[in-house]
Amino acid sequence: MSAKLKDRIATFVIIAFSALIIALLVGMLGYILVKGISHIDWHFLTAEPETIKAGGGIGPELFNSVYLLILTLIITIPLGIGAGIYMAEYAKEGRITVSIRLVVEVLSSFPSIVVGLFGLLVLVNTFNFGFSVLSGALVLTIFNMPLMVRVTEQAFRNVPREQKEAGLAMGLSRWKIITSILLPVALPAIITGTILAAGRIFGEAAALLFTAGLTTPKLDFTDWNPTSLHSPINPLRPAETLSVHIWKVNSEGLSPDAAEIAAGSSAVLVLMVLIFNLLARWAGRLLYRKFTSIK
Amino acid sequence: MTDILRTEELKIYYGQNEAVKGVDLTFTENSVTALIGPSGCGKSTFLRALNRMNDEIPGSRMTGNIWIDGKNINAPDTDVTVLRQNIGMVWQRPNPFYKSIYANIAFGPKYHGVRNKAELDNIVEDSLRKAALWDEVKDRLHTSALSLSGGQQQRLCIARALSVQPKILLLDEPASALDPVSTAKIEETILQLKEQLCIVIVTHNMQQAARISGHTAYFYMGRLVEYDKTEKIFTNPSDPMTQEYISGRFG
Ligand SMILES: Nc1ncnc2c1ncn2[C@@H]1O[C@H](COP(=O)(O)OP(=O)(O)OP(=O)(O)O)[C@@H](O)[C@H]1O
Ligand SMILES: [Mg+2]
Repeated sequence: MSAKLKDRIATFVIIAFSALIIALLVGMLGYILVKGISHIDWHFLTAEPETIKAGGGIGPELFNSVYLLILTLIITIPLGIGAGIYMAEYAKEGRITVSIRLVVEVLSSFPSIVVGLFGLLVLVNTFNFGFSVLSGALVLTIFNMPLMVRVTEQAFRNVPREQKEAGLAMGLSRWKIITSILLPVALPAIITGTILAAGRIFGEAAALLFTAGLTTPKLDFTDWNPTSLHSPINPLRPAETLSVHIWKVNSEGLSPDAAEIAAGSSAVLVLMVLIFNLLARWAGRLLYRKFTSIK
Repeated sequence: MTDILRTEELKIYYGQNEAVKGVDLTFTENSVTALIGPSGCGKSTFLRALNRMNDEIPGSRMTGNIWIDGKNINAPDTDVTVLRQNIGMVWQRPNPFYKSIYANIAFGPKYHGVRNKAELDNIVEDSLRKAALWDEVKDRLHTSALSLSGGQQQRLCIARALSVQPKILLLDEPASALDPVSTAKIEETILQLKEQLCIVIVTHNMQQAARISGHTAYFYMGRLVEYDKTEKIFTNPSDPMTQEYISGRFG
């Protein structure tokens, strides 16, 4: 076979695979959106779900998903960024950093159903947090933390070494170099990474079945006392998220429009994740320009 | 002229490798000293010792004394952050902060407590003028430093170093990545700064060394082979090795 022919075949194969992947993605997205989008309206997005009757909405589920995400981020952002900075700027290469990195890798690749069961045994039962937003957020932290650490460490390592040298030669303290020179350069990448990671936990279902629970108490959006059961922001109430709702409606939904509800919810979920992705790109670019004053 | 910086039996190691093998050199106020020598002979290593930047390289060690203002700065109790504030440094590759031109210059003074806006404005203008960059950037002080050309970025780095009024300026091949016009501007800047500073410059460009320096030190394999007035080194060096190097037979 001539080199030229080989080259042609290889090129063809690569293009064919790429086209296949794109077709798959477009097909799947198209299918989910086409089936679900006609079901999405204001009522669907805000109304309470119905168990028996048709016409239920996903209002509380949508709220739960967002609330759980926010709570998770409140826990993971400081911890993850702190640990990432430690790994990139303070830790000496050695056995400890190698093992931390290994733990981080293993944690992030744990099967979510197993982490969910762990949450059930430890958080829900032993610590007695019950099926709650808090249990859910802590379990999501297990997935999210490693990503945050990795994103932060990578973002800091990608800042050119010379930036740090310039700071050191000016007699700046290590902390000042990190906060004033490295962080502004790294932050856009950290924020982009955070939003992308948020998309992943927004769609998580398996780990939440056993931790955040399958139900939501009736929410009273005028009650902002975090200790009352009906308050939307009570962290100790159970909270069925959108993804869990999809699973529940599909497996045990009794309402006549269960299939449409599932399709609509799926479309909302996919749209949210898409929005996260677009937001991540946009925010990353915008912040990079802002912090580095590049117009 | 008063001595401001002196090294004594300075030896620098990277692990087992002795990169600088006992160098004694004295630098005076208001002078430019050129360090020349073939690649790998320890010029940069020596230069980085003078503001203890080698401390940042894992595995590097240093013995001997470095006297600045009668104080040995190669002592364990030296506060390197304070030391470095009195010594500016510029590298071969320009490394402005990813900030605006103004913020690059104002950063150091702000860190040292200058809060007054007018005072900062003054420092920025003054530093940029000294680095011969003011006229080119005065209308775009708040645009990114990265939008400048390489030569401008390098002069910005010099201005940044000057903003905290150092007494010593260390330059490691500051013009070797630049075009002839930018190089000429940098050289001009250096000659002007000489009136106020002690400048140590590493260069591979013999003409450059001859043009701007008063004294030249020739390094070879970690040793100081010859140190003398630049004129003498380039016309009538005492050591045959120096002669060979400057006439371009090796290195
Ligand atoms: N970070 C480092 N770690 C280990 N060895 C180093 C390091 N930096 C320099 N060296 C070694 O020290 C010796 C002197 O290097 P140095 O960079 O000081 O040379 P130089 O004279 O500046 O060369 P050049 O003209 O190429 O810049 C070389 O043998 C080099 O390999
Ligand atoms: Mg060098």
